[in-house]
Order: sequence, then C-alpha cells, then structure tokens
Amino acid sequence: MTIRTVEAVWLNTSDICSLEHIIEVSGLARDDILDLVETGILTPSNDDPGNYFFHTECVVVARTARRLRDDFELDAHGLALAMKLLDRIQGLESELASLRSRVHPFVRRG
Amino acid sequence: MKYIDYYQVLGLARDATQADIKKAYRKLAHQYHPDVSKEAGAEDKFKQVAEAYATLKDPEKRAAYDALGTRPAGEDFVPPREWREHFHEAPQDFEDVDLADLLAAFAAAQGGGRRGRTGQPLHGQDFEMVLPVSLEQVYSGAETDISVAVPDYDAQGLLHRVPRTFRVRIPKGAAEGQRLRLPGKGGSGLHGGRPGDLYLVIQISPHKLYRLDKQDLYLDLPLSPWEAVLGGTVQVPTLGGPVEMTIPPGTVADRKLRLAKRGMPGANGTQGDLYAAVRIDVPRTPTEQERELFSQLAAVSGYDPRAQLNAGKQP
Repeated sequence: MTIRTVEAVWLNTSDICSLEHIIEVSGLARDDILDLVETGILTPSNDDPGNYFFHTECVVVARTARRLRDDFELDAHGLALAMKLLDRIQGLESELASLRSRVHPFVRRG
Repeated sequence: MKYIDYYQVLGLARDATQADIKKAYRKLAHQYHPDVSKEAGAEDKFKQVAEAYATLKDPEKRAAYDALGTRPAGEDFVPPREWREHFHEAPQDFEDVDLADLLAAFAAAQGGGRRGRTGQPLHGQDFEMVLPVSLEQVYSGAETDISVAVPDYDAQGLLHRVPRTFRVRIPKGAAEGQRLRLPGKGGSGLHGGRPGDLYLVIQISPHKLYRLDKQDLYLDLPLSPWEAVLGGTVQVPTLGGPVEMTIPPGTVADRKLRLAKRGMPGANGTQGDLYAAVRIDVPRTPTEQERELFSQLAAVSGYDPRAQLNAGKQP
C-alpha cells in the first residue's frame, strides 16, 4: 500500500485562525460561534468583535460543541451548560493527572 | 458486507415506534457519547448507536433496512438483486461498503436523502482517530504512520471504504489530547463538495521511567543511604541523553531535584524541567562487611528519625 506523507495542522494555543475558518471546519454558523464567545466557551485571541481570531485549539472546542448540539439535540443554553461542565471536568482531570504524576508510584497505584 | 442488527443495537423490538427509537437513542447516547463517557469502548459503541438511530429514525431508510429481512448480526451478505442492479455493481463490489452507507445511498436515490437528485455539493465526512505516540516521539518530533479506511464515492454515488496510510510528523511538544488536523484526508465530497478532514487525537503512552505533568517530567531516582547522607554525583537518564546530577549531602526521601530545561518542549519554544524524585533504597541482602559497617553505625549514631513521632510518649 502507498504511504502518503501529509502535512498536519497542529491545533494548539500558539497558532491563530480566523472566525471563518472555525465556521468552515466546525460546521457551526457564525451566530453559533458568537454565542459560544458570549458565554465564554470560546475565547478570541483579539478584542475586535468585527474580526475575531482564535487559537487553532478552538477548532476542537467548536467541533465538540457541534457534536453535542447535534447528537443530543441541545439548544444554545443547554449547549453552553454542557460545554462549561465538560470544561470543568477536563480541568479537574488535568489537575488529577498532574498530582498523580508527582506522587510515589505505590500511592498512584492505590 | 456485514449485517448489523440496528434494532438489537438500540435494544428494541422490530415494531418499535419512532418515539421508542428516539428514547432508546437518547438513553444510549448519554451512556456512550465519546465527549461525555469514559467507559472503555464507548466511542465504538456510540458509533453503532448513532448509525442505528440515523437509519431507523428515517422512515425511508428504515423501510429499506427492514426489506433486507432479519439475519444474524455480523453475517456476511450481498444486497438483493434489485439493489445491485440499481447501483450497477457486482456482488463482490459490496465487500468494502458499510451497511449504513448503502442505506443512505439508497434512500438518497429514492429522493429522500440530503444527496437527493439536486446535485448540491456535499462535504466529505470528517474522521477522528486516536494516535498513540511515545514520549520520545513527542520529544524529538518523529514521523509516524496511521492507517484509516476512508469512504470514497464510486461513479454510482456509493461509498466504499478504501484503506489508506498517511505518514505524519508529530509536532515537537504536542500535548496529550491535542489534535492534528489533516485537511482533506477524510471522506471524499460529492458534487464538488470539499473532502472531509482527518483529526488525530494525540495520546501519549505511559513511559517506563518518566511521568508527564504538562511540560515537566518526573522520574524516580533511587539513592543508597550513603549517597543520600554524603551526597555525590549520579548519572540520570533524560530524553536528550544521560546527564550528571549533583546530590547535595543530607538529601531526604521525596526531595525533588530539578534539572532545568530537561523536560518536554512546548509549542512556543519553551522547555519544561525534569524533576528527579528521591527514593532511598537499601541493600536487601547485605554482604557480611556491609552488615558489619551498618552495625557499627547503629552503635555509634545518635540519630533518631522518629524523635518527633515519639516526642509526646510517656516514659
């Protein structure tokens, strides 16, 4: 089988993309994205509401929002709540992983 | 083509109502949705549930599915003659076709689907896959191969799962859970629609030596009692190769000795640190001479490690 070498775009907190790009790859409408900005789920990297830019990591957040909205048939309020709770869970999981990495292996294994 | 019993997947009888189907889907979606579930195999289970729901909630797709009759789940089968003729395909052409894709194509051909006869552009399907990588690969930014069965339309508008292998470079410093987007490497589009994307979720495999905390690495460093008391220089393995580390005299267990900038690289050119967490180890089967020297030490030392513990004890 042929192996094709392809360029991968790293979705991180350093690189920037436009609002239009988020719309294109997430499948959300402009108003949906602006709703997510208003509720603090997405944070633009600049302060210009007419021409927002985002860290490329926001693509992942927007795609998750689209999946949750479609798969659970959520309205804007339900979606914002679900996303906030997910974000909180991720924060707690990350803190737990961080604490686990610092303690003795016997403690980690419980 | 494998037969999938969609009713069984949703835990329903074949005469289930639309309300029953929706209720069963919601219940299973809450349990297995990959964004909310941590259950092992949840993602695959949800894919089956979503596929079953997408078929059974659509009356045309459901009717087409029901017309296939009941078969044992997982049984290999070839669609009926009229379906084959409809797509101008030979029986063996269906081997790499998914049942859900066939039903979608059939429903669309009947005029009910999104793809209908309008010929409007349809974007290709996006995919998300886990990409297991090692700490070494992330540290150095290595290349790795990933294989995926990509859906590709044939001339009749039927999706075939075509195996493809892509070679990607893991960015130096990619973090756990971050995604790599491979533009246009998902499913093919239809009627001029752009192809979908392939998303790779970075999953860093546990390492036998190091534990990862964001950009910092933690390593257990065993020391002998005399190294801990007297101090010295020991060799410590790092991802960039072994380095010499100075152990200060009087080093106690659990002390974390930092090796600056020996951790993981970050996206913005930063570098984490490596922390060596001290463990004091002892010779489990000391030689006669070691035992003798420890006995001498015990006889002359006034050090009491439990002084604080026993401070309030009655004589």
